[in-house]
Amino acid sequence: MATIWIDGVSYEADPSRNLLAVILELGFDLPYFCWHPALGSIGACRQCAITQFRGEDDHQGQVVMACMTPAAEGARVSIDHASAATLRKSVIEWLMVSHPHDCPVCDEGGECHLQDMTVMAGHTYRRSRLPKRTYISQDLGPLIGHEMNRCIQCYRCVRFYREYAGGHDLQAMGTRDRIYFGRYQDGPLESEFAGNLVEICPTGVFTDKTQARHYTRKWDLQTAPSICTHCGVGCNINPGERYGALRRVRARYHGAVNGYFLCDRGRYGYEFESSDRRIRVPLAPRGEQNQAEELSVQAAVTRVAKILTSSRRVIGVGSPRATIESNYALQRLVGADGFFHAACAEEHRSSLAALDALREGPSRSPALREIERCDAVVVLGEDLTQSAPMMALAIRQAALAIPRSVAERQGIPPWHDAAIRESVQSARGPVFLLSPAPTKLDDLATRVYRKTPRAIAAAGQAIARALDPQVPALAGDEMDRAGIEEIARALTVAERPLVVAGSGTASEAVINAAANLAWATSAAREDDRAAELAYALPWANSAGLSLLGGAPLDEALAAAERGEVDAAIILESDLDRIAGPGPAERFLGQVRHAVVLDHIAHPTAARADVVLPAATFAEGHGHLVNSEGRAQRQMAVFSPDEPIRESWRWLREAMMLAGYDEADSWTGAEAIAEAAARDHPALARLPDAQLSADFRLGGAKVARAPHRYSGRAAAKLHLNVLEPTPPRDNDSPLEFSMEGSPVLPPGKIETTFWAPGWSSPQALTRFQEEIDGPLRGGDPGVRLIEPAGEPFAYRDVALSAPSPELAPTPVVAAFGSEELSALAPGIAALAPRAFLELNPRDAASLGLADDDVVSVRARGASARLSVRLEPGRAQGTAGIPLGLEDIPVALSFAGELITGS
Amino acid sequence: MVFVLRSLWVVLQHMFRKRETYRYPEEKAPLPPRWRGRIVLARDPDGGERCVACYLCAVSCPVDCIALQATEDDQGRRYPDWFRINFSRCIYCGLCEEACPTYAIQLIPDYEMSEYRRDKLVYEKEHLLIEGPGKYPHYNFYREAGVSVGVKDPGESREEEPPVDIRSLLP
Ligand code: SF4
Ligand code: SF4
Ligand code: SF4
Ligand code: SF4
Ligand code: FES
Repeated sequence: MATIWIDGVSYEADPSRNLLAVILELGFDLPYFCWHPALGSIGACRQCAITQFRGEDDHQGQVVMACMTPAAEGARVSIDHASAATLRKSVIEWLMVSHPHDCPVCDEGGECHLQDMTVMAGHTYRRSRLPKRTYISQDLGPLIGHEMNRCIQCYRCVRFYREYAGGHDLQAMGTRDRIYFGRYQDGPLESEFAGNLVEICPTGVFTDKTQARHYTRKWDLQTAPSICTHCGVGCNINPGERYGALRRVRARYHGAVNGYFLCDRGRYGYEFESSDRRIRVPLAPRGEQNQAEELSVQAAVTRVAKILTSSRRVIGVGSPRATIESNYALQRLVGADGFFHAACAEEHRSSLAALDALREGPSRSPALREIERCDAVVVLGEDLTQSAPMMALAIRQAALAIPRSVAERQGIPPWHDAAIRESVQSARGPVFLLSPAPTKLDDLATRVYRKTPRAIAAAGQAIARALDPQVPALAGDEMDRAGIEEIARALTVAERPLVVAGSGTASEAVINAAANLAWATSAAREDDRAAELAYALPWANSAGLSLLGGAPLDEALAAAERGEVDAAIILESDLDRIAGPGPAERFLGQVRHAVVLDHIAHPTAARADVVLPAATFAEGHGHLVNSEGRAQRQMAVFSPDEPIRESWRWLREAMMLAGYDEADSWTGAEAIAEAAARDHPALARLPDAQLSADFRLGGAKVARAPHRYSGRAAAKLHLNVLEPTPPRDNDSPLEFSMEGSPVLPPGKIETTFWAPGWSSPQALTRFQEEIDGPLRGGDPGVRLIEPAGEPFAYRDVALSAPSPELAPTPVVAAFGSEELSALAPGIAALAPRAFLELNPRDAASLGLADDDVVSVRARGASARLSVRLEPGRAQGTAGIPLGLEDIPVALSFAGELITGS
Repeated sequence: MVFVLRSLWVVLQHMFRKRETYRYPEEKAPLPPRWRGRIVLARDPDGGERCVACYLCAVSCPVDCIALQATEDDQGRRYPDWFRINFSRCIYCGLCEEACPTYAIQLIPDYEMSEYRRDKLVYEKEHLLIEGPGKYPHYNFYREAGVSVGVKDPGESREEEPPVDIRSLLP
């Protein structure tokens, strides 16, 4: 720790930081634009000026940029000194000379860093009468608005987009005061992380376009801590609600998981919540004369209870996109052996194998931000940018770990972005990618191998064997010796090696080979440490569902086929989407009764006897377990209209009526989470994921809405002139209102992230324990899975027999493959067309050409796909799109090409 | 005694003074134009809706009696999808008018709003929107702002230069 002096007062500071970070951390106000904790300093905007003195007797000092000056021992600086304060004031006035008169129609208004800084620097009126420079803005696609007139040339956008996120199509163009930030021509931004520009840009140049037609200011949004439901990474989000509908989603900082960012699937997928496929009332889709009939709550619950009491064998289909609570309630209702997962066999096996591997062996599953610090990465099979986008972003940072450490050895401080980039140049890695088809991470890889899933597993095992001869040998590894040794060496010498795999290859063997590879590193390394092991699982709660246990959907279908099922309760899943319309219809015909609980309508729901309207992630409470094994709590953002409620509450009501006494004790979200924790040792720490409902600050709960929430004496008055009392929340320490404790709550339940003088997302520095560190009072969530350590037994990598058939491999699309986000119009507009992807040689030997139409079949499901030749794809694989254009998931994992006839 | 007589004399004098009260409703008090009464939403000189649904009036309202929802047309022009003022709460403080950056919301000299039912005091946009510009005849926000939104082309606002040519390399 160094002692520094700010305006004559001494403070302790971390000398490895810059003065801007230290000053903000100490709670001072100092304007800045170009610095960002994730991007570092480049000293471009000249806004963070302070005066530095040579010693105690120097009263004149010299102006320096705080973000470019280390917090060195004995540094004496002043924030208030006239020379710096005047410069700051002038700099912002210059920036504003051409700024448009836009705040009222600018979506940044009310949370604009430029507004904040202008006021902070002491301005209230515009003096300039000079004509303003203008630009022609671009159409950047359905997600992001562009209004270049508002730009202050801070360069944050391109630094994030190109350097941090690896995008190519956003650039700084032009010269002198004509600098332009945009694409070379109109068109959607290509990066899966483009939405972060909305928050990174300190002005309203980039705005959230999905919000434009239902725009709401930050001060009018009701918010609660929540978790993204669109993949297994489990990024933290701040969804905002107004008038009973979600208005937007913003990244919620989490010191260990997603940091400051989100992917666009997570940011823009929220509009499924107000899709016209929402189920809002209980239904009997096959009522009188097959006419859908609306049911009262009472009638619906009674019908379900009657089905429960009158059926001999009831099975439940749990959902990897539903919470632990809802799945647990269903599992208790149908019993462990009647509980199935809404996942096809391959996906189910992969998830189970991944969780076993994380629990049995010595490898730890790293949190997202730990992945960023790994310095050697091997990815087996997974196209992370598409299936777990934020994990790909973390690997992008990991690829810079070694080059950055070289720079730091040259004496460059870690925050000095400009100098580090100069030193790093294009150095990346080591990162090794083994995949069936090209991925967006290829550009940073040390080496890329294109292989079939089978060969990827074999190669993983071969590398493992090079590290530890005890790893059983496998026939069929086609990887060259030099390649094997290169990867083995990288894993051995790295400070923090990492192996990544996922369910995207449809191959359990790949999951197991990745575990063996990670574990085997411990044998070759001097420190005996095994590499870290990260899996990308497809759904927000794939891991949680696997921890509860259960059999795959295919077995439920088989049981129904054998006539062993009288009734099926289907939780938040569309069986048609998974197994295909044929098998799903057959299943629902074979079971005498079916009950569907979901928030969106789908063909499966249309065939049920009773459909119950379930709450979405924004309307209910619950826990999800992410791929890392971290349990995280979703808190209801708003209270939905009656009768929408969490699935487990519907199940509880039906169970109580049907005489299942245990449901009585599930009196609230916390009670059922505790019951699940008691029943499943793996979930024992579930209740620790968040503060409990009896948490109070000075006797009060915490408000979900900001203190300047407007319009409550008018908002609902068209319905009734008596203003309604806000609904109560007995399940969390939050209130559905603007009234709550005036004391700042712990970071994990903070809702508005607003501090005096700081209305923009940059207010975050006020809520972190230290800049870039955990939230004040600790980050939320608990890790449920820790490695078992030694001794361990290598996992069995069972390779399928080599076959002349093409191996089906799912082609995952960040936009479109996930069921819920695909209902958001913005995401749907960006979803790719569905093609059967083939290597041209395979296509030639099958006699197929571009655009030929081929049937794909698996387990009674089928689809017709047109062929697209992809020279980069590994020979012997057939890429089948996952979840696009209603193609059943089973086809992507197990589809066979029907050719010839 | 003398005090009592003086008071009576003053009262007597008042009988011949001009009356301060009005025989309302037959006779109405002349109100200054800045008198704060019923609230309207005005139009700009081009006849377009002035309100850009910025929510500043709503947030400045000390009794929270203004609620609205922003939306935009195909050109990106912002306007309120609906706009509601609960006049049974409004205290006619005029803070909304002061906050409004477009001169859309205006308090006008009209106080004759009594109703027998409270719900009649909840005014919707159709009750609030008037046909003219109200007290401020000339101001036109979209001709000052940087956004074009179909009102003009980029660079055509007041005090704006034509759009820069980003491909120019001239110094
Ligand atoms: S960027 Fe900020 S200052 Fe500029 S118009 Fe938008 S809200 Fe106003
Ligand atoms: S567009 Fe935004 S982030 Fe990019 S330079 Fe301009 S103000 Fe900075
Ligand atoms: S990476 Fe996954 S969890 Fe994170 S924002 Fe994207 S979809 Fe959501
Ligand atoms: S302040 Fe003016 S422009 Fe803004 S919402 Fe209110 S009336 Fe409309
Ligand atoms: S923040 Fe220091 S110069 Fe921009």
